[in-house]
Amino acid sequence: MNSMSQSAPLAVGRRRPSWLRLPGRLIPGRSLVASVPTLWLGLFFLIPFAVVLKISLAETAIAVPPYTSLFEWDGAVAALSLNLGNYQFLFEDSLYLDAYLNSIKVAAISTLITLIIAFPMAYVIARATPGRRVVLLSLVILPFWTSFLLRVYAWMGFLKKNGVVNDVLLSLGLIDQPLTMLQTDFAVYIGIIYTYLPFMILPLYSALEKLDDSLLEAAEDLGCRPLQRFWLVVVPLSLPGIVAGSLLVFIPAVGEFVIPALLGSSDTLMIGRVLWDEFFLNRDWPMASAVATMMLLFLVVPIMLLRNGQGRKEEAA
Amino acid sequence: MTLKKTLMGAVLGSLVATGAHAQEPVLNIYNWSDYISPEAVSQFEKETGIRVNYDVYDSNEVLEAKLMSGRSGYDLVVPSAFFLERQIQAGIYAEVDRDQLSNYGNLDAQLLQTVSRNDPNNVHGVPYTWGTTGIGYNVDMVRERVGDMPIDSWDLIFKPELAAKVADCGLAVLDSPAEVVALALNYLGLDPNSESKADLDQAEALLASVQPHIKYFHSSQYISDLANGEICVALGYNGDVLQAQDRAASAGQGISVGYSIPREGSLAWFDLMAIPADAPHPEAAHKFINFVLQPEVAAGISNFVYYAVANTEAQPLLNEDVRSNPGVYPSEEVKAKLFAQNAHTAKFDRLLTRAWTRVKTGR
Repeated sequence: MNSMSQSAPLAVGRRRPSWLRLPGRLIPGRSLVASVPTLWLGLFFLIPFAVVLKISLAETAIAVPPYTSLFEWDGAVAALSLNLGNYQFLFEDSLYLDAYLNSIKVAAISTLITLIIAFPMAYVIARATPGRRVVLLSLVILPFWTSFLLRVYAWMGFLKKNGVVNDVLLSLGLIDQPLTMLQTDFAVYIGIIYTYLPFMILPLYSALEKLDDSLLEAAEDLGCRPLQRFWLVVVPLSLPGIVAGSLLVFIPAVGEFVIPALLGSSDTLMIGRVLWDEFFLNRDWPMASAVATMMLLFLVVPIMLLRNGQGRKEEAA
Repeated sequence: MTLKKTLMGAVLGSLVATGAHAQEPVLNIYNWSDYISPEAVSQFEKETGIRVNYDVYDSNEVLEAKLMSGRSGYDLVVPSAFFLERQIQAGIYAEVDRDQLSNYGNLDAQLLQTVSRNDPNNVHGVPYTWGTTGIGYNVDMVRERVGDMPIDSWDLIFKPELAAKVADCGLAVLDSPAEVVALALNYLGLDPNSESKADLDQAEALLASVQPHIKYFHSSQYISDLANGEICVALGYNGDVLQAQDRAASAGQGISVGYSIPREGSLAWFDLMAIPADAPHPEAAHKFINFVLQPEVAAGISNFVYYAVANTEAQPLLNEDVRSNPGVYPSEEVKAKLFAQNAHTAKFDRLLTRAWTRVKTGR
C-alpha cells in the first residue's frame, strides 16, 4: 500500500485534487488485477489455439506426432512450408458445411427450448421467499455433483428399448410396442436441454432477481394486462440474462460431442463428431485442426462482435 | 461410437490412479475391452507384487491415436497385426527382448509365421489371441423375421431386403471402417485389401444401401445389447458375440445368441502384445507377457473371453465348450476362406474414413 491508495477513499464523493487524478492505466494495482484474466486467456486459450492453428497448416505423416513440422532447417537454409490444402478441402467437401449447419440447427433449437423451459423456472425462483430461493437454487445446481457422463448414461437407461420410460408406458397400457427413443435426434435434444438447463436458469435468475416489483405495479396501474406486462416489462429487463444464458447454452451445444455420440444415431451429423472422426479414425490431426479453427471463426468471432456492439450500446446509453 | 468405453476406462483409470504410491512397481496396460479374465490380472499382481493399471479401448483407431501422440504412459498395448504394421513404421514400438520371455516357445509356430507378414521376424509383437469377424444373432428374433433359412451368409447384413427384415429388432455394425469395408469388398467379390478408389466406391454404395436398416455403429456396445435383446443382429467379433451368448444363457431370460462365419469368407485378425518405445516400465511389461504365455494362464483367458489362443501348450487345458466351438476354432474348411488385412496408406485412409462418414450419416 502506498500513500496514494490510502488517500483515495477520501476522494470518494467529491472531486479529487488535480494532482491525484491519474489516468486509469497508471493507477497501481489495476493493471495487476487486469493481468490475471489476460494471463489466463493467453495461457489457456491463445497459446493452445496457436498450436491448433500451427497443426492445421501441416500435413499428415506416419510419425509421432502424426504431422509434419512447418519449419525445416538443414543447417544452412530455413524453410517454412504452410499447407493450406486442409482449408481448401473444407470447402470442397460438403460434409463439413453440412455438419456445421446441422450443429447450428441442433444448438439453436435446443437453446430455444431450453429458454422456454428455463424462463418460468428462473422466474419462480426469483419470486420465491429468500429461504425457498436457496433450496430451489441448490436443486438447480445439485446435478453438477454427479459426473456429466454418468448423467448421460442414466438417460440411456431411461430411453432404451427396455428402459424405464418404455417400461412405465407399457405397464400403464399407453403403448403396446416399446418406443424407439435412444439413438434418435429426440434423445440428443433431451440430452442437450437437460445438460445445459442450469446454464440458462442461473443467468436468467440473476437478471430476474434484480427486477423491481414497483415497475410491474406501475405497468399494471398504467393498464397493462399480465401478458403485455410480461412482454413489455419483464422480457426487456431480463434481456441481458436471456442473451447470456442463450450464449452459454448455444456455444457449447454447437461443439457438443458426447451427447450425440451416446444418445444420437449415426446420422446425427454434428461438427464435434466430424472432429472426433478426423482425429481418431483418420488420424488426420491437421484436418481436425482446420475444422476446429474454422468452427472458431464461424461461431466465436460473430458472437464476440455482437457482444462488443452490445457493450458499446450499453455504454452509450 | 468408440467413446463410451474409452471414457469409462478413463474414469476407472483415474480412480485407480489416485490410490497409487510412487515407489510401488507399476504396470500400465492398455487392452481391448472384455479381453482378459479378471483372475489373470490379480494373479499376476499377487505373484510379482507389481500393481497393474488396466485401461481399455474398443478400436484400433483409438489406440493408434493415443500412441501417435507420444508419451502415452502405457507399458503394454495390444494392437491388431495390420495396425501394428503401420505403427512399427512410425517407430513407436520397442523390440521385444526374447531373453526375458522363457515361455516364448509355447507359441504356435504357424501363427507366428502368419503374423510375420505384418511384423517381420516377429520382433515387435507377441501374439495374444486371434479371432474372426462374423455375424452374431438372436436365434429366435431372427428366425421370426427371416424364416428357417440358415444364417451362413453376409446376405443377412449386406442385402437390403434381408437387412430390412431385421431392422426393427436392431442391427448393429462395428464402427471400424477398415474392417467393415474389407468385408463389403469381399462380399462384392473384390480384393478386401484393395486400395482402388473404384472398388471403395462400390463398397460404399453397398454399405449405403443397407445403412437405413442399421441401428448403430459401435464396436463394443453390441455385447450387452445382444445378450439382453436390445438388438438382434450384429456384425462383430467372434469372442464378443460368444461372451454375449454366455451372458444371455446365465441371465436365463430365454435369449439364445448364435455366431456365424459366413460362407463368403471373413476376416481373421491377430492381436499382438507390444511395448511402446517410451514405456516407463518395459521390464514389468516383459514379465506380464511371459506370464500370459504360461499355458494355464493363456487357457484361463481363452476360456473367459472366447478368443482362440496362440499358445500350443494351452490347447489341452481349454474348456470343452471353447476347444470344440467352431466359433472359436473354425474347421479347416472355414479357415481356408478367412483372410487377413494389410496396413493402409495414409492417403487411402482418408478416402476410407470419408466414405465411412458418408455411409454412417446417410449422405
